[in-house]
Amino acid sequence: MHVFTDPKNFDAYLSGFLWILKLTGASAGLALLLGVLLAAMRVSPVPVLRGVGAAWVNIFRNTPLTLIVLFCYFGLYSTLGLNLADSLDLNNYWLGVVGLSAYTAAFVCEAVRSGVNTVPAGQAEAARAIGLTFTQTLRIVILPQATRSVVAPFGSILIALCKNATIVGTIGVIEASSVMKDLLNENGDAVIPIFLVFAGTFAALLIPTGYLFGWLANRLAVKR
Amino acid sequence: MSSSSVLYDHPGPRARLRSHVLGVVFAVGLVALLWWIYSKFDAAGQWEARLWTPFTEAKTWTQFILPGLRATLEAAAVGMVLSLAFGLIFAVGRLSEHWWISVPAGAIVEFFRAVPLLLMIFFIFYGVPFLIQGPVPAFWAVVVGLTLYNGSVLAEAFRAGIRSLPGGQSEAAYAIGMRKSQVMRLILMPQAARAMLPIIVSQLVVLLKDTALGYIVAYPELLQRGVNDLAANYGNILAAAMVVAVIYIVINSLLTALAGWLDRRTSTRGTRPAKRPRLFATVDSAPEGGTTATNPQG
Repeated sequence: MHVFTDPKNFDAYLSGFLWILKLTGASAGLALLLGVLLAAMRVSPVPVLRGVGAAWVNIFRNTPLTLIVLFCYFGLYSTLGLNLADSLDLNNYWLGVVGLSAYTAAFVCEAVRSGVNTVPAGQAEAARAIGLTFTQTLRIVILPQATRSVVAPFGSILIALCKNATIVGTIGVIEASSVMKDLLNENGDAVIPIFLVFAGTFAALLIPTGYLFGWLANRLAVKR
Repeated sequence: MSSSSVLYDHPGPRARLRSHVLGVVFAVGLVALLWWIYSKFDAAGQWEARLWTPFTEAKTWTQFILPGLRATLEAAAVGMVLSLAFGLIFAVGRLSEHWWISVPAGAIVEFFRAVPLLLMIFFIFYGVPFLIQGPVPAFWAVVVGLTLYNGSVLAEAFRAGIRSLPGGQSEAAYAIGMRKSQVMRLILMPQAARAMLPIIVSQLVVLLKDTALGYIVAYPELLQRGVNDLAANYGNILAAAMVVAVIYIVINSLLTALAGWLDRRTSTRGTRPAKRPRLFATVDSAPEGGTTATNPQG
């Protein structure tokens, strides 16, 4: 444990996880927004929009996140000169957020779409039979039931997003996994405690999150 | 309008006109957006022939892309076999009646599912050499990492599959005198594997994508050879990234299509209940979002 009593290392450890949380938070918000928009496009009656939504999902879901993040750095930043912030650190951070959100939005879109699909067709038919309009059907009958069934998949997407945030270390954000790599190289005599502390922190963050979402999903589930 | 959804009425003349107008508006917007991206790339000189001609030369493929693809598929294949074995062992372990087997098995599965794959690969690649006083090949760092993570996810899938089977299955098997190991091996596992096949295949897609993390520890896989090393020679990193992305998308789409086909095939046989009617006709042949969306990673 002597590694973490050194304030320099302890600060690196804290700031590493702070980056992870910042990456997760910003990307979760953006991915949720974009994913719901994509899902709306995929179920819309306009074929062009459906095509765009399907293309997005198929492209981003099937490309490794490492490649997407590298593309954001070398493509958007180095080649096309996209500058998202003044300082290099913050710029890399936002490039990582762009990559993470584009990737995660594909999964959010699919979760929302299959959530809408779990609502039995009879619900929409009954709503239409009593004379509700399209927006009313969606707002009063379908979405309230669909939102409850996407809680569980959203939980796993959020957990995966938090773990995926480590990949942004590839483009120079000193997040937890990069800190751990440096500490391992500097302290060859304490590799197991270092790994256990970093892995344990992730487990302590994510296992309760998983149980929380499981509990919420159970509580909110529509009993059929 | 290909979807025969119940959410909308059958479109009348006005609705048809409106969706046509919207379709044209969005198509124009999409073309404008693509043109803008094209011209941005053009301004940066990314469409110059010298960046793209390397892909017409045999050397590019035989020296960079194909060896990279081979290394990717090798790591994925070994990782798949090992993680299936890991998943089977820990699923059975977690269902064991002895607490001294089920509790540790459960703890291991929960732990490895919660730890980022990259963290494990870093530990194996940078940390373990200090412990064993010798280098760990990048290949094994990637494969062992993939096995621990994906094996744990598969263990949960197998366990869910076994628990979803009707209790009468194992009761009947015990009644005709089978031992515990026989019940698991002959009765429960075959049915659970079939019920969970789509989820298992989509986890294997995740595993294949995750081999790209090998790039970070310099394992010479597709991303390392096809993007990094290729671009070091020709200075065409964006072109190379796009070509490699297409290769990944084609391979993974094939695997996903396989998962969808297996899902349809297994759901029409056996005693699985018929699916509920769906609100929206799905446009593509991909399996239900839930199966692939549960554990996106890497």
